[in-house]
Amino acid sequence: MSDDWRPTAGIETLRERARLLARVRAFFAERDVLEVETPVLGHGGSTDPHLASLSLEATTPAGRERLWLQTSPEFHMKRLLAAGSGPVFQLARSFRDGEVGRRHNLEFTMLEWYRPGFTLSALIDETQALIRHVLGRDPGPCRQRRYRELFRTQVGLDPFTASLTTLCQAAERETGMDLHDAERDACLDALMAFAIEPHLGQEGLEVVVDYPASQAALARKHRDPEDGEVVAARFEVYWQGVELANGYDELTDAEEQAARFVEDNRERQRLGRGEVDADVRLLAALEAGMPAGSGVALGMDRLIQLALGKTSVAEVMAFATPRC
Amino acid sequence: MATYSTNEFKGGLKVMLDGDPCSILENEFVKPGKGQAFSRVKLRNLITGRVWDRTFKSGESLEGADVLELDMEYLYSDGDMWHFMRTDGSFEQYAVDKKAIGDVEKWLKEQVVYTVTLWNDNAIAVSPPNFIELEVVETDPGLKGDTAQGGSKPATLSSGAVVRVPLFINEGEVLKVDTRNGEYVSRA
Repeated sequence: MSDDWRPTAGIETLRERARLLARVRAFFAERDVLEVETPVLGHGGSTDPHLASLSLEATTPAGRERLWLQTSPEFHMKRLLAAGSGPVFQLARSFRDGEVGRRHNLEFTMLEWYRPGFTLSALIDETQALIRHVLGRDPGPCRQRRYRELFRTQVGLDPFTASLTTLCQAAERETGMDLHDAERDACLDALMAFAIEPHLGQEGLEVVVDYPASQAALARKHRDPEDGEVVAARFEVYWQGVELANGYDELTDAEEQAARFVEDNRERQRLGRGEVDADVRLLAALEAGMPAGSGVALGMDRLIQLALGKTSVAEVMAFATPRC
Repeated sequence: MATYSTNEFKGGLKVMLDGDPCSILENEFVKPGKGQAFSRVKLRNLITGRVWDRTFKSGESLEGADVLELDMEYLYSDGDMWHFMRTDGSFEQYAVDKKAIGDVEKWLKEQVVYTVTLWNDNAIAVSPPNFIELEVVETDPGLKGDTAQGGSKPATLSSGAVVRVPLFINEGEVLKVDTRNGEYVSRA
């Protein structure tokens, strides 16, 4: 008899998991952040060229329609913000096709929350507080690193000004991949994934800020007052070499959002990945006015994995892919 | 031959890399916070036996390798080649050269079944069963009264392998040996 009906997490681990999720809810209840539930299926999907959205056909009053499984609850939550919800959080099931590994699962739990009126640095502080609260112990000192400085010290090059040839060669050296025809961001991603990330957050939490504008996703861009480079107002939190959270000073400009959707889909087409329907209702919500503020998405399964000292997310999920 | 994309890579898949057939051992999905995904893959080169660590961009693909692993009985050596026969009733024979036999030469015994790896119908590697029974052809005389504990000595087996055995083992005895680490297990 095959044993693959069994859970990938022990029952005791699932109890611990429930306890940590309760702590998340207590943290936000204390701070008056409203827990919400939004649909996992939507008419719009994520256009991010590097995310593969799953979709399905459903019968609705409008007939047979294509609906997209969310890669994060971002769009629906932003529509709530525009409708005047105030601060909201959600533990949301999210789906990303093809992403299965030690730190990934096809479907996973995203803890996402939005703070109207918060600056990015206020949200960084709150993210650290949340992590501390869930762990129930101190993960060590928190250090903030600028993307640029990180590349300078770890791989000895400037990610904003180095020539494409220099970037390609450095990335090829680190990974052994053939990257002679790669673009800047592909080289930067390879260096980030293999030369930098594994070393981040070894002594405590490490927060990376000021990403290149080309990696802004749904964050605002601004000119850095110090060195004049245009950077994305984004942060990522690392602990023990694992990326835990990704936060934005949220883009609220409907026109710019629409332009990014178009740009994303053009890039998707170029990469042969197929277009994804953009969320027109998000654009309408931004048009109506979404309050300025910051939001962050945290990989709940990863935080639970690290909190419990496990080596893969599968060990903290009842039935990880492919045992579903 | 079909091609396989990184998301189809899994343990045991045979692919071509740098002109050699390889067997995938592990495939780890790696993705920085946002952006491009990669696969960090461990492969065994089936010609040299070496393990390679390679990184691929997600979605890259490799050509499949026409590799078969078949059970075959060892027949004899003619000095240059080692001859094996399939055990499926076809009596089909394959000649294996020195390079493909490699270290396994010292574990060869007639009528024992080995796994022969074929690439494009040529034998490229042979692996012995985990345990094999072989006769001691040469060792110092056994010591009376010595039991399982204490001391060991070299013994040459009928296949040519030299293993450490307990002092009480004598020439002519048949031993069970673990071919993975070359260690004595017990008297057969």
